Formats: sequence, C-alpha cells, structure tokens
Amino acid sequence: MTLRIAVCVKYVPDATGDRGFADDLTVDRDEVDGLLSELDEYAVEQALRISEESDDAEVTVITVGPDDAKDALRKALSMGADKAVHVNDDDIHGSDVIGTSAIVAKALEKTGFDLVICGMASTDGTMGVLPALLAERLNLPQVTLLSEVSVEGELVKGRRDGDAATELLEAPLPAVVSVTDQSGEARYPSFKGIMAAKKKPVEELDLDDLGIDADEVGLAGSWTQVGEVTARPPRTAGTIVTDEGDGGKQLAAFLSSQKFI
Amino acid sequence: MAEILVLVDHADGAVRKPALELLTLARRLGEPSAVVLGAGEAAASIAATAGEYGAATVYVADGAEFADQLVVPKVDALTQIAQDKGVAAVLVTSSGEGKEVAARVALRLGSGLITDAVELEAGDSGPVATQSVFAASYQVKSTVSHGVPVITVKPNSAAPEAAPAAGTVENVTVAFTGNAAKVVSRTPRVSTGRPELTESAIVVSGGRGVGAAEGFGVVEKLADSLGAAVGASRAAVDAGWYPHSNQVGQTGKQVSPQLYVAAGISGAIQHRAGMQTSKTIVAVNKDPEAPIFDLVDYGVVGDLFAVLPQLTDEIGAR
Repeated sequence: MTLRIAVCVKYVPDATGDRGFADDLTVDRDEVDGLLSELDEYAVEQALRISEESDDAEVTVITVGPDDAKDALRKALSMGADKAVHVNDDDIHGSDVIGTSAIVAKALEKTGFDLVICGMASTDGTMGVLPALLAERLNLPQVTLLSEVSVEGELVKGRRDGDAATELLEAPLPAVVSVTDQSGEARYPSFKGIMAAKKKPVEELDLDDLGIDADEVGLAGSWTQVGEVTARPPRTAGTIVTDEGDGGKQLAAFLSSQKFI
Repeated sequence: MAEILVLVDHADGAVRKPALELLTLARRLGEPSAVVLGAGEAAASIAATAGEYGAATVYVADGAEFADQLVVPKVDALTQIAQDKGVAAVLVTSSGEGKEVAARVALRLGSGLITDAVELEAGDSGPVATQSVFAASYQVKSTVSHGVPVITVKPNSAAPEAAPAAGTVENVTVAFTGNAAKVVSRTPRVSTGRPELTESAIVVSGGRGVGAAEGFGVVEKLADSLGAAVGASRAAVDAGWYPHSNQVGQTGKQVSPQLYVAAGISGAIQHRAGMQTSKTIVAVNKDPEAPIFDLVDYGVVGDLFAVLPQLTDEIGAR
C-alpha cells in the first residue's frame, strides 16, 4: 500500500520585504515578492524523509492561493515532492483561517491521504492553528508542534516540546501532523530537482471542484472582521552612548530612571 | 452581566501568570468565569486564586483524559461549558496549545477566532482585539463577526490586578469525544530557576556577539540580577551556544516584556519579529551601525563583556 503523504504549504510575502496591507485590509500580495513560507519547508522536508524511509510512498503538496502561489508548489516539487494541488479561485480572496481550513480540508479529502503534514505556522499570519482546524474538520487525531516525527507501521509518533514539558505522542493513521523548525534542516533543491519539478503534475482546482459555495469563504464569508490597520509609528529615537569605561554605569542609571532597578 | 469564559492555564498545581492577565482583561468585557481542567487536587487552590482575580464562577473538570490525550479533551470541556452557559466570549492564553484549543473550540461553536491579541477592549459589537503583525510594524484591530468571540491573548498583554469575586466552584462532567493523539509520556522541563521566557517582565538576550556558549555566563548573571528570563537570537541558537527553547524571534518565542535587553544582537528582521513589542528596549553592541539601535530606548556602543558585568555589579550594589 502506498503511504499517501499530503503536505500543506503557504505562499507568503517575503518577511525581509516591506510587508503591508491592501485597500481592503487584506495582506498586500502585490507589492512584496512571495515565496514558500520558510516554516513549511520543514514540513516538506519531513514528508520527504518519511517517504524515503517507507517502501512505497507518495508526497503531494497542496496550497490555496493566487496564481503566484504556484512558486511555492514548484519549490516543494524541486525539493522532491511528487505532485501538487493548487486551489485557486478569486472568491477565496480574504478568507480567514476558518474559511481557509474548510478549503484545505476539502482539497485533502479530494486528493486522498494517509498522513497530513503542516508547518507550525505561516510566517505572515503566524496563527499556527490550521493543523488543529484540519484535524477538527477531518475528525482525525492531531499530532502537532513536533520537533521529531516518524511513521511506524500504522502509527505516527512524535515529540512535542511544550513550554512546561516534553511530551511523546502517538496516534493511528490517518492523522494530521505539524512540525517545528527544530524537526530538521530542510534540503536545498538540487539542479536535477529543479529540472524534474518542471515536469511534475500540478492539479488545478477551484471552489466548484471542491463543492464549496463562494459565500462560505472569502472576505464576505469570514467570521472575523478587520476594522482598522495602522502602521506602527517609528520608535522615537533613543539615547545612544559609546562606552568609554562607564557604559554599564550609564545603562544602570537609565534603568534606574525607568524604575527597573 | 455578560459571562466571559477564561481557560486557566496551570502548571505544577499553580495558576500561570498569563491566566491572571486574562482574568484582568476579561473584567473589561463582562463578568469573568474561570475554567480549570485536569488540575487534580490543586483545583481548589487554583479556583481560589481565580476568584481573587475576579472569577465569579470557577468550572472545574477533572479526569485522566486531560493528561493522557492531546488538546481534544480541553476542547470538549471548553465547548461544552461555553454552550451550556451561553457565554459572551472565550479567552485563552496564546501558547502553542492554547491556540490549538481555541481554534477547535471556535470551529465547534461556529465562531470566529482571533489569535495573539495584545490588547482587548469592549466595543459596540463585542470585544475589539488589537494584534501586532508583520514583526510589529502594524497594529490591527479586529472583531469577531460570527458566533461567540474566541480570542487568544499573548502573555504580558496586561498587568494582573486582583479584584476578589465569589469564585464559586461548579463541578462539570465532560462528555469526551476521543479521537485524540495519545500522550505516551510527559517529562516536565527542568527548571532553570528563571522566569518563563514568554511570561517574564524582563528578558535579557544574547546573540552572535556573545561569541561562545561560555559567553552566555555574563548574560545569565545580568538576567539573574534583574530577576529576568534569558533569551537568545537564532544565530546564537544555531551555533549551539544556547537551547532552542530560549530562542526569541520569528521561528522561536515571541516575547513582549516590560524591559528587553539585547546583548550582541544585530537586530535582523528574524529577531525583531520576536521582541519588537517590548515596552522598553535597550541594547549593547560593538557595531554602532547595528539595526537594533533603531529600536532602542537606550543603547550602548561597546563590548558586552565589559558593559554587562559592570551593569550587573551596579545592580548588585543598589
């Protein structure tokens, strides 16, 4: 039996660019170059490692996003994923995470999977809740925020390093996994990988294909509403001194004036 | 008065500070009630603390499920209580687990979800949450437009203030739904004796300029003199000088303390994303051109191995 691994990835504005908002208060995706969310590279990496450990596995990478989001799929394919699914529909624009999770869940069901792997969060929205929402919608166990993951027979196992404790987790397949940036360095695509990716299949789906009504998603179907976006005023210039032997004392005087000491 | 449900995070039988912040914020929105899950014999004392911070009612549920299964039992309990009591909002701490619990509760309630709020106010149509986004370069104010607002709030978003209320304990029997990952083992993190990074009022962080694992000694000494948590930049963590659990930044912890001290940290976007909402920022760096100096309230251009020990001595002498 082929182990079907589905990796959910997101195309995000480059964090080193000047990120901002469009007139409708959604994330501006035109002004800043996009790329595969760095935290999703770890998910692709773990999918490839599990696939390599398995006798027979297939890695499908799935994204929801506009035309340019294909770049994120190409990157994942060039790393070694086998095929891709791109859900693209103008009516998706402005969806909140509840709406996005509905679309991804339907795309996963249509594609078929034994294991879903996600990154720990996107680098733009940084919510980190999509994996939990997918588990809820698909009625599957969530095995999330893992710094180590493995598939052993019909079980997925992993280590979750939380604030207060480290937990060893396991669940039967199918399951939804998310991995952290501690799970293992993501590989760079090889030249051969980049060339091969151009020939790998990318399936295009829209909301009709997934049986989702346009008014369930997008800005209008969103259950949250952004009222106001303001650029943070630049911090007022602070005092900078050069240490000439009493820098620590000067810093102490400042901290004392601010009542920290 | 509108009932505001607060999930009380606890560890080692004690309420964690962010839960007290949530109870304080909840009072702006209505009458807080607390939910205490899987606390065993500590439930009574945790409930008493919740009462001191304004909880009129404390819903207590226990069972092995809370420890043995991941996330889902808490979702079952919180959803059940929110539905039975007809609450006006649900507040949860913005931790990794807290956000996962909140998300699934929101979906079950048919409610919109806002995560990582740093400020919460009562508005005409429900709570207004402020988020700090894109490495704190924008502030976003949002509301939930569908269902009972479910909002997660970052630690350090408010100063906990006591406001004694009844704290009447109501025991709840939860119908567990299952289909959760099994927790095979749980190893509590070994305490460093320092405050938890995301909860601490003061954080002292070291970066590339610290130069080596041993170099963190001066960072830790300063932290201890201030009663602070220790953080590290990604460069320092990737170099293996300090544990990843202490990483501050986009791919580590996001902190928002009253005071952030950056030592030998240049201030790349990756780091700024994790600390830019700190109230007061000071930095020590050899390079006068380091971008961190654009953020600081007070900066010292100099060698951290000279400045930090002198500062530590000054603090000790006061």
